[in-house]
Amino acid sequence: MDLKDKLISSYSSLENQGDKELLTIRNEALKIFETKGFPTKKEETWRYTSLRPVIKEDYNLFPKTEQNLSFEEIEKYLVDDLDAYRMIFVDGVFSEKLSQLTEDKFEVSALSAAFQNEKYEEIIKKHFNKIRPQDDSLSALNTAFSREGAFIYIKRGQALDKPVQLLYLSTANESAMMLQPRNLVVIGENAQAKIIERHQSLNENPVFTNSVTEIFADKYAVVDYYKIQKDKENSTLIDNTYVDQADNSNVSIQTFSLGGKLIRNHWKAAQNGERIDTTFKGVTLLNGKQQVDHVTLVHHAQPNNESHQDFKGMFDDKSKGVFDGYILVDKIAQKTNGYQKSDNILLSDRAIAHAKPQLEIYADDVLCSHGCTVGQVDKDALRYLRTRGIPQKEAYALMMYAFCSSVLTSVTIPELQKNADAWIAAKLGVDMGFHD
Amino acid sequence: MAKYTENELKKELETQEYKYGFYTDIESDTIPPGLNEDTIRLISKKKNEPEWLTEWRLDAFRIWQEMEMPDWAKLDFKEPDYQAISYYSAPGKGGPKYKSLDEVDPELLNTFERLGISLEEQKRLAGVAMDVVMDSTSVATTFQDTLAEKGIIFCPISEAVQKYPELVRKYIGTVVPKTDNFQAALNSAVFSDGSFCYIPKGVKCPMELSTYFRINQAGTGQFERTLVIADKDSYVSYLEGCTAPMRDENQLHAAVVELIALEGAEIKYSTIQNWYPGDKDGKGGVYNLVTKRGLCEKNAKISWTQVETGSAVTWKYPSCILKGDNSVGEFYSIAVTNNHQQADTGTKMEHLGKNTKSTIISKGISAGYSHNTYRGLVSIGRNAENARNFTECDSLLLGDKCGAHTFPYIDIKNKTAQLEHEATTSKIGEDQIFYCNQRGIDIEKAIALIVNGFGKEVLNKLPMEFAIEAQKLLEITLEGSVG
Repeated sequence: MDLKDKLISSYSSLENQGDKELLTIRNEALKIFETKGFPTKKEETWRYTSLRPVIKEDYNLFPKTEQNLSFEEIEKYLVDDLDAYRMIFVDGVFSEKLSQLTEDKFEVSALSAAFQNEKYEEIIKKHFNKIRPQDDSLSALNTAFSREGAFIYIKRGQALDKPVQLLYLSTANESAMMLQPRNLVVIGENAQAKIIERHQSLNENPVFTNSVTEIFADKYAVVDYYKIQKDKENSTLIDNTYVDQADNSNVSIQTFSLGGKLIRNHWKAAQNGERIDTTFKGVTLLNGKQQVDHVTLVHHAQPNNESHQDFKGMFDDKSKGVFDGYILVDKIAQKTNGYQKSDNILLSDRAIAHAKPQLEIYADDVLCSHGCTVGQVDKDALRYLRTRGIPQKEAYALMMYAFCSSVLTSVTIPELQKNADAWIAAKLGVDMGFHD
Repeated sequence: MAKYTENELKKELETQEYKYGFYTDIESDTIPPGLNEDTIRLISKKKNEPEWLTEWRLDAFRIWQEMEMPDWAKLDFKEPDYQAISYYSAPGKGGPKYKSLDEVDPELLNTFERLGISLEEQKRLAGVAMDVVMDSTSVATTFQDTLAEKGIIFCPISEAVQKYPELVRKYIGTVVPKTDNFQAALNSAVFSDGSFCYIPKGVKCPMELSTYFRINQAGTGQFERTLVIADKDSYVSYLEGCTAPMRDENQLHAAVVELIALEGAEIKYSTIQNWYPGDKDGKGGVYNLVTKRGLCEKNAKISWTQVETGSAVTWKYPSCILKGDNSVGEFYSIAVTNNHQQADTGTKMEHLGKNTKSTIISKGISAGYSHNTYRGLVSIGRNAENARNFTECDSLLLGDKCGAHTFPYIDIKNKTAQLEHEATTSKIGEDQIFYCNQRGIDIEKAIALIVNGFGKEVLNKLPMEFAIEAQKLLEITLEGSVG
C-alpha cells in the first residue's frame, strides 16, 4: 500500500478534536489531497524535486505513547545560552514536562489545548486554515491530519519579552515516522514576537515532516521568525508557511538550511494593507546528497509596500539547491518596491543550482528587481588571505561567511546569531569564530 | 506642446491604427483547407519533392498528431482550428517561379513599394539581396550571381531541395527536430517555403542577406522554414522582416528557423517583426508561434537580434546550443506590445562546451492592455567548464493596465560557471521627464528620448539597413512618444 492510500484509509480512525466546523474543514482538506495526491515533477513548482523516494518509505503515522525524554537529552537542540520560552513536541505530542510556557503573561499554548479553550474560539474561527491555498495538496494533507502544534496569540500592544522556541522532536525508534505539525501565529495590533522553530529527529530512521504555519500580523505588528533546519540526513521537511499582513506590519522569516535529506520551504506572503514590509531570507549550506528548495511568493495586493528576498546558497558534493521565487504585483499595488536576490556558489562538479526568480507585474509605478548570480570564491581574495598566514580551509570559510553575511547579520537574536556562526563553521569543517 | 501628458500618449497609442494594413488582390493557387496525410502528399507533390522529404513530412505529421499545444506560456488566445487552414498558397496560378521582375504581378510589386521595400529600389541599393517571399512561394531572387561567385547559396528552400538535396537532407531538422514541439512538428509536416543559405568555408558574405515574409492570402497559414548553414570560418549576416496586411480573422504563423554555425563560423540573425497586431479592441491579428534555434560548433558564434512590435500573440524563443568549446551565443531583443497584444518571448542558452559565453539583453515595453513576458533559460551543463553568462531583462510599463512579467530559469551543473542575472521593472520616472523639461525638452520628446535610450543597447546591435527601419517601427508602435 502506498503512502497516499495508507493516509486516506487511516483518516477515519483519527479522532477529531474541536467542533463540527473543524471536522468539515478536515474532511474537505482530505478530499483535496485524495484528488491531487502527492505532487509530482510534472507540476511546475516541483520540476526539480521528486518526492518519490520520500513517499516510498513505510511511515508510522500514529506513534503510540509519549516518549520519556529528559531535558538534558534535548537541551542541545535548543539555542545555546538563550533565555526563551519553549514549546517541545515529542512525536507530535506536546510535552508539558519539557516545555516552559509564558504562564499567564501571554496567550501561548498547544494548538489542541487552544481548540478546547472557549476563550480562543473566535480567534481560531477567524484565522485557522484561512490563508492556506485551498488547492495545495500537501498543506491540505496537513490540515486533515494535524492534531498538534503551537498556538501563539499576542494581544494588541503586547510584546513577547523573550523569544519562543518551538522544537519538534521525533524519536522514530523502531520505524520511519511521519509528522504533521500545525502552527497558528496571530500577532495583534502593535504587538511583537520572535519565534524560533526547529525540527529534529533523534534516530537514524527516516522522518517525513509536513508542517504548516499560518502567521497573521495585524497593524504595526512585528514578527521575526527563524527556522533552524539542520536535521539528521534521513529526514525530509516540507515547511509550508503562509503569512497575512495588515497595514504597517513587518514580518521577517529567515532560515538556516544546513541538514536533512530534503528541505522544502514553501512560503507565501500576502500584503493586504499598506506600508507593509515582508522579508524572506535564507542561508543554505549543503553537502552530500542534500537538497533544499526555497519556493516563495510575495503577493503585493495593495499599494505602497515593500518586500525583500535574499537567499545565499553554497553547494558541495552532490547537493542541489532550488530557488523558485515569485513576486506578484496587482494592478492597484502602485508604488511597490519588490526585491529578490539569489546568490549561489557551487563547490563541487556534481552540485547543481536551479534558480527561477520570477516577476509578474500589473502596476506601472513600481520598482521591482531580481538578481541571480552563480559564481566562485574570488581566487585573488583567497590568495590575499593565504599570504596573511590563514590556512586554505579557514580562508575559504571566511570567504563563505562573508558571502552570506548579509543574511546572518540581520538576525535580531544575538544568541541565535552566535549559534548560527558556529553551525556554519562546523559545517565547513573549521574550528573558528567569525567574530573576535 | 508642453501640455502633452502620459495620458494623452496613452490615448494616442490606443487609437492609432496599423499603418501597413492593406490587402493585395492577386489570383492565387490555394489548396482547400484541411490537414491530413493526403494534404501533405499534395504539398510535397506540388513542390516536386523527393521521396525522402515526403516521408519526413509524413513522419512529422504523425508526431504532431500525438502532441498538444503547450499551455505554459503566459498567453491567452484561442488555439486556431488547424483543419480550417489552407496549407498551401502560391501567388499566381500554378506559376512557381518568375525569371525577372517583368513577370511579377505588378500589383505585388506595388505592395512592396507601399511598404517601402520595392524590388527596384532594393536592386539599386547594392548590398542587400532580397529573397522575397510573398505567401509561400518565392517570387524573386536577386543578386544571385554576385553570391554565386563566392560560392554562396541563397535560394528558396524548395529550390535547395531540388538543387542541393544532400545539404538539405544532412542539416534539416538537426537543430529543431520534428519532435521538438507542437508548432515545430506542424511546420515540419507542412512547411511551404522559406530560405536556404549556405556559406562555404572561409567565406565572408559580402552583403547582408535578407528576406521579407508576408502573409497575404485570407485564411492562409504561413509555415516558413529557414535553414542557414555557415561552414567553417565563414560569416553571414541575415536579416528578416515582416509586415502583414490588415485582416479580421486570426492568422497563424508557425515558422522554424535553424542556424548551423560550424567551427569558427559566425551567424548574425536579425529580425524585425511587425505583423498585424489586431485592432485596439484586440480583434484580429497574427499568431506568431515560432521556433528559432542555432547550433554553435567550436569557436562559433550566433547572435540573435530581434525587434518585436507586431502580432496579436508572439511565442518565440530564439535559442543557442553552445555545443563546441569557446562558442558564443547572444540574444538582443526589444519587444513592444500595445493595446491587447501578448508577447511571451525570450531565449534559451544551452552551454555544453567549455569556455562558452552567452549574453542576453531583453527589453520589454508594454502599453495599453498588453502583456509582455520574458521567459528564458540559461543552462550550464556538467562539462561546460568556465561557462559565462550575463543576463539583463528590463521592462518598461506605460500605463497601469498593462503587465510585464519575467520568468527566467537558471540551471547550473558546473562549479566553474559564472552567471549574473538582473531584471528590473519600472515606469518612466517623473524625475527623468522633469530633468528633460528643465532643459527645454518637452514631454513628448522626453518620452521619446527615454524610450530610445531604454532600447539603445539592442538597437545598436542591428545592422545599418535595419536600424532605420527599426526606429520607424518603434515610432509607429508608440506613435506620439517617439521622434
